[in-house]
Amino acid sequence: MVDLTTSYLGLSLKNPLLASASPLSKKLETAQQLEEAGVSAIVMYSLFEEQILQESLKLDRDLSRGAEQFAEAMTYLPDYGTYSIGPEAYLEQLGKLKQGLKIPVIGSLNGVSSGGWIDYAKKIEQAGADALELNLYFLSTDPDLTSTELEDTHVELVSDIRQQIQIPLAVKLSPFYTSLPNFARRLVGAGIDGLVLFNRFYQPDLDLEELEVVPNLVLSNSGELRLPLRWIAILYNRIQADFALTSGVHTAEDMLKSLMAGASVVMIASAFLQRGMGQAGTILNDMAEWMVEHEYESVSQMKGSMSQQAVGDPDAFERANYMITLGSY
Amino acid sequence: MKKNMYTLDGNEATARVAHMLSEVIAIYPITPSSSMGELADEWSALTRPNLWGTVPAVIEMQSEGGAAGAVHGALQAGSLTTTFTASQGLLLMIPNMFKIAGELTPTVFHVSARTVATHALSIFGDHSDVMAARATGFAMLASSSVQEAQDLALVAHAATLKCRVPFLHFFDGFRTSSEVNKIELLADKDIRAMIDDELVFQHRARALSPDHPVLRGSAQNPDVFFQARETVNPFYAVCPDIVETTMQKFEEITGRNYNLFSYTGAADAERVIVLMGSGAETASETANFLAERGEKVGVLNVHLYRPFSVKHFLQALPPSVKVIGVLDRTKEPGAAGEPLYQDVLTAVNEGLAEGSVPYAQFANRPYPRVIGGRYGLSSKEFTPAMVKCVFDEMLKAEPKNHFTVGIVDDVSHTSLDYDPSFHIEMHETIRCVFWGLGADGTVGANKNSIKIIGEETDNYAQGYFVYDSKKSGSVTISHLRFGPNPIRAPYLVGQANFVACHQFIFLERFNVLKYAMPGAVFLLNSIYGPDEVWDQLPEETQKSIIEKELRFYVIDAYEVAGQTGMGGRINTIMQTCFFAISGVLPREQAIQEIKHAIEKSYGKRGDVIVKRNFEAVDQALSHLHEVNVPKAATSKVTLRPPVSAQAPEFVRDVLGAMIANEGDSLPVSAMPVDGTFPTGTAMWEKRNIALEIPVWEPDVCIQCGKCVFVCPHAVIREKVYSPDFLDGAPEEWQAVDARWKEFPEMKYTLAVSPEDCTGCALCVEACPAKDKTQVGRKAINMLPQPPIRERENIKWDYFLSVPQVDRTLISLKSVKNSQLLEPLFEFSGACAGCGETPYLKLLSQLFGDRTIIANATGCSSIYGGNLPTTPWTKNSEGRGPAWSNSLFEDNAEFGLGMRLTLDKQLEFARELLPAFAGQVGEQLVDAILTSDQSTEAGIKEQRERIELLKQHLEKIDTPEARQLLSLADIFSRKSVWIVGGDGWAYDIGYGGLDHVLASGRNVNVLVLDTEVYSNTGGQASKSTPRGAVAKFAAKGKGISKKDLGMIAMAYGYVYIARVAMGASDQQTLSAFLEAEAYDGPSLILAYSHCIAHGYDLIKGLEQQKLAVQSGAWSLYRYNPDLVEAGKNPLVLDSKEPSIPLSKYAYNETRYRMLLQSNEQRAEELMQQAQQDVRRRWTQYKQLSEMQYDGNGDQPEE
Repeated sequence: MVDLTTSYLGLSLKNPLLASASPLSKKLETAQQLEEAGVSAIVMYSLFEEQILQESLKLDRDLSRGAEQFAEAMTYLPDYGTYSIGPEAYLEQLGKLKQGLKIPVIGSLNGVSSGGWIDYAKKIEQAGADALELNLYFLSTDPDLTSTELEDTHVELVSDIRQQIQIPLAVKLSPFYTSLPNFARRLVGAGIDGLVLFNRFYQPDLDLEELEVVPNLVLSNSGELRLPLRWIAILYNRIQADFALTSGVHTAEDMLKSLMAGASVVMIASAFLQRGMGQAGTILNDMAEWMVEHEYESVSQMKGSMSQQAVGDPDAFERANYMITLGSY
Repeated sequence: MKKNMYTLDGNEATARVAHMLSEVIAIYPITPSSSMGELADEWSALTRPNLWGTVPAVIEMQSEGGAAGAVHGALQAGSLTTTFTASQGLLLMIPNMFKIAGELTPTVFHVSARTVATHALSIFGDHSDVMAARATGFAMLASSSVQEAQDLALVAHAATLKCRVPFLHFFDGFRTSSEVNKIELLADKDIRAMIDDELVFQHRARALSPDHPVLRGSAQNPDVFFQARETVNPFYAVCPDIVETTMQKFEEITGRNYNLFSYTGAADAERVIVLMGSGAETASETANFLAERGEKVGVLNVHLYRPFSVKHFLQALPPSVKVIGVLDRTKEPGAAGEPLYQDVLTAVNEGLAEGSVPYAQFANRPYPRVIGGRYGLSSKEFTPAMVKCVFDEMLKAEPKNHFTVGIVDDVSHTSLDYDPSFHIEMHETIRCVFWGLGADGTVGANKNSIKIIGEETDNYAQGYFVYDSKKSGSVTISHLRFGPNPIRAPYLVGQANFVACHQFIFLERFNVLKYAMPGAVFLLNSIYGPDEVWDQLPEETQKSIIEKELRFYVIDAYEVAGQTGMGGRINTIMQTCFFAISGVLPREQAIQEIKHAIEKSYGKRGDVIVKRNFEAVDQALSHLHEVNVPKAATSKVTLRPPVSAQAPEFVRDVLGAMIANEGDSLPVSAMPVDGTFPTGTAMWEKRNIALEIPVWEPDVCIQCGKCVFVCPHAVIREKVYSPDFLDGAPEEWQAVDARWKEFPEMKYTLAVSPEDCTGCALCVEACPAKDKTQVGRKAINMLPQPPIRERENIKWDYFLSVPQVDRTLISLKSVKNSQLLEPLFEFSGACAGCGETPYLKLLSQLFGDRTIIANATGCSSIYGGNLPTTPWTKNSEGRGPAWSNSLFEDNAEFGLGMRLTLDKQLEFARELLPAFAGQVGEQLVDAILTSDQSTEAGIKEQRERIELLKQHLEKIDTPEARQLLSLADIFSRKSVWIVGGDGWAYDIGYGGLDHVLASGRNVNVLVLDTEVYSNTGGQASKSTPRGAVAKFAAKGKGISKKDLGMIAMAYGYVYIARVAMGASDQQTLSAFLEAEAYDGPSLILAYSHCIAHGYDLIKGLEQQKLAVQSGAWSLYRYNPDLVEAGKNPLVLDSKEPSIPLSKYAYNETRYRMLLQSNEQRAEELMQQAQQDVRRRWTQYKQLSEMQYDGNGDQPEE
């Protein structure tokens, strides 16, 4: 029997398969199905501060529109009840998941304002999250904003949050940083415990008939694994943090590769959304079988075994790798 | 003990008592009573219990007639039951009221008294409705103020149980129903102490029950009906005494004294005015004022009007009285006098006639003279100055009888002159007037201010709010009073200590400072700072500021709003300035209270809303500046005339005065005698309410006409014309080659009326043409209006001078062609981006020159027919839609009546015509009688024949010729359109609509379906879809939308179309053309996006598309003519639902708010609504796939 246990953000987990932030955590039933299927922890869907802001502004605009300007209609909609527009619904769901699940639940937060980040982080901690994942999604479109300024802002923000909460903290990043290792090290310096690589961008598409920009949500595939795989391999042991690999893990093979590159855990959403929650059990079984077959004893044994520092040829992950790839055509 | 003071309006004060003392409440929306029903519904939704601890059951009915029926039934089954209504609503309840009273059933109907429609509808207050109900046998109890509305509501509920006579408790619509005033709230224990549960048990014991069965409601015959009718007399005889003892008990409990007739004034008064309602407050205060100055005057305020107690009346009247002036707030043309006047005459005569005087105090005194007059119809102002003039009239040796006061009657010379400068306002009472734009939130902020002052200080406070008749760009005027004494002044502020103008442009349009008293403060929201503003003011404003020595402040509230993310809402900013300048509260406390109010009002909408408002408050004061007022007026700008000098005389002199807010000054002679007004007057109003307007880019335009099609206000138009018109065109003129095969070598121009546009931008949304190098640039784009106003006006004026396309030259079957037709519905006051008006405009383009419209009461009758101006207009030949509104409930029948007349007249004319063959020519007669008018050309030719016929007939001097001459126009085709909203078609008017559809007559019914009662503020109708939140369906409507189309389809001979122009303009156009062409009843159900759906209407067309794609609104046409051709009459015009319902629904706050407040129910209802969509689509599909043979409507096996 192989030992699948691992440790992530100080949490002892029965295996390295986590459910990543997705709509699957919006219902306790589906979260329970994930637990039954074997995932060792769940990252909740993200609490989006921007969404809260937009919901608030929309509700206010819509309830105010036309109000108190015509003698026969002081308002156009009944405004009796209370609305779960703030973080309350999220926190309530977090509470429900904590109650209904035995596995750890990791909160996920995507803020806009500094005050919002800190306020909501504290609330998520108070609601019982075992850890918190900060979803740093920022698309820089301002030519006057330098990468240093942007990184400084993020580091400062993470540091502020770290000072306000006690639970373990991870940061989920996009791959588009000029010097990812440097930025990652600064984040660790600001007090984070782990890095989640990478956030997926939902790139808009263009509609040629209507000449419109249209949103386009495409689930991940195994091909996307390479990018985080490479960066975790590079960062492993250079940066003193736990790594979670997300994006592109669909099979046991994907998972094994991730662990060997240096990930403590992998996070999956697309595979569950496409093939159902039972996929967790399949992947875990396949992985265990593979490990038995290949005489691996434990996850900790293989973790980082193919990181850049661990492989004989460090160039494989750097520019030389690029040259070889081109040469193969 | 500290009094339980609270600041609220008359409707809320009343509804609170009614809800607490009822088990069943049947409601139906009607202004101005709607909010009583809404509050009752809200409280029950929030599970607020009644006095006995159970939550009253509230049900919305299909009409007031239905509500009264439900009340009657609930009472018969033993519940404590109430309802709320006004005006026509009360009239619909009358049949049941006779029954309820005849059966001695205790209940209270609360009525915010409103004008009954006569020559015109009016939503405002007078007593014509309650007076129409005075024969029903209901006791009638009148309240004069917000405090009384609460207190006497309780007295009514208590007394009815005791005497078994049902009560109509009424107070003045708007003036009391909507006035916010600080009152002493009844404690629950006080209400408890007033109600005797034994009487409740007795009521229940009298109820119908199979456990102790009786029969009630028999039919009686001449032998006994009369005697039976007289059995109730003892109940009415004791009723006044019961009310009196109830009032005495009320006084013991609360300390507040009421009488059946409350007298105020000099104990030795010789002149006494008798009246009821809010006017009695004004009159009483004036009488006190005059009595203190030695005048022997007084006022008798009638509380219990029915049963009219002669005894109590005479007991209350000072024996010294020599002249009694009775004021009625109603008019009964042809009567010997108005009702209260007649009652007083009867009472005086009966009571004081020699030999029958039971009251010693009147012995040996001269018989008082009684005169009567009318005042205050439709909430016409009734002021102390008017009261004084009545008292003065009563001093005369021969006072005028049957007079009017408050108007200038230069026709029948009934009116009394009064001195408007007379006032009795107390120095200690601070009076404020605020001019606001509807959308800027002024009224809401002022309501908050009044609550703050009323509840956080020892001051008494009053607020009353005046709105204009438009739903977009409307002007509001708030009248606030506060001070150390109770405020009994139910009339507008005349002399204000503080005047605020929240919109700079108002200074150009209105005499804003007419309200300012000398030395007052003037606060102006201005983009010009303290050093620049003076030179920007109109001369009249400068003069007023100097002459009245006003202290003048400015603030750029829009700058503060912009900085704090408040958009156009400047309410809290201006409110902060008001408190800072007025000093009614210490500044810090004021800010704290404003913030508290903000939290209370907006807290549940999210932290960001509160935060932004707080920031606005915090930043306001640093932007507030006092202006150094120069000594002389220097402005070159003057008040803009309300309409152009080129306008017709009636528009200039009469409608212009109304537009300028000076309609009160118009004399009787200025008004049409029968409510008939010219059409085509909206074009003169030029409201200039758009901040941005669409501007044409000819190089991108593909001339599709879609922008013109969707424009709700007919401000964007296109023309195809001869290049000759380029000569003499203004420099700014733009033209391109027309892309019409019918019009080679012609030019094309798209134009916009900049001063009539509302800036809704629907046209830009509809525009499919995009610049290939920059797709964000369309063929029309929004640009700020002020800098281009003049340029666009020059173009618009020239555009109007270019002739219309000859409609006989084009096929109307394409959208592109249809939009070359002149709209005969333009510039209405509907909401910016309204979803209804584009359909009416299309109707007017296609058939306007031959259409009579019957319009149900509702949004379309308000933007269609509310003065000052009317959007229905006529073409250059003088033809256009003739329009009328009868009632809410009878519109289908009203339209059918029009059709009957047209058909009958045509029949008669056809009978007469052949006899003239010898005189006018056989060929002409034949041509007229056999004309084909199925095309525009055919109609045009027939009109030419009719002209010829008339020329002949004018030369023939016989009775038959004159008959035919007066009917000749009927030979040209006429179209009848019956227009209304879903409240009418699905609910109140459904019975009539069904009958009219069943009649088989050639009428066209257009239902502008917004899925709620839009005009009264979004109450649920049977059209409201499942899962949507609406008033009276606050938990989300739990049952599915009524499928009116399918019901009508059951007849088989009704043309039916379901359209949504945002989803398919072509299908909409086809449906209108087919409906009108169909020789039988037609029904068009038109999806109309609405402000009550809760989203920015700029997305209205997109939502229409989604509604269709989701199957919420599948498109179809059912044309019975197809059956004759062996085809299935039902044609589905939209595809199978392709997106989930939620993708459409959750763009709208009416659905989203349920998701946000009760996610589980929202999900359940959405799931069921999705099933509704599936089920209906399957039904439509199956029906559309049935095989029809060529012989009729039998499907093949």
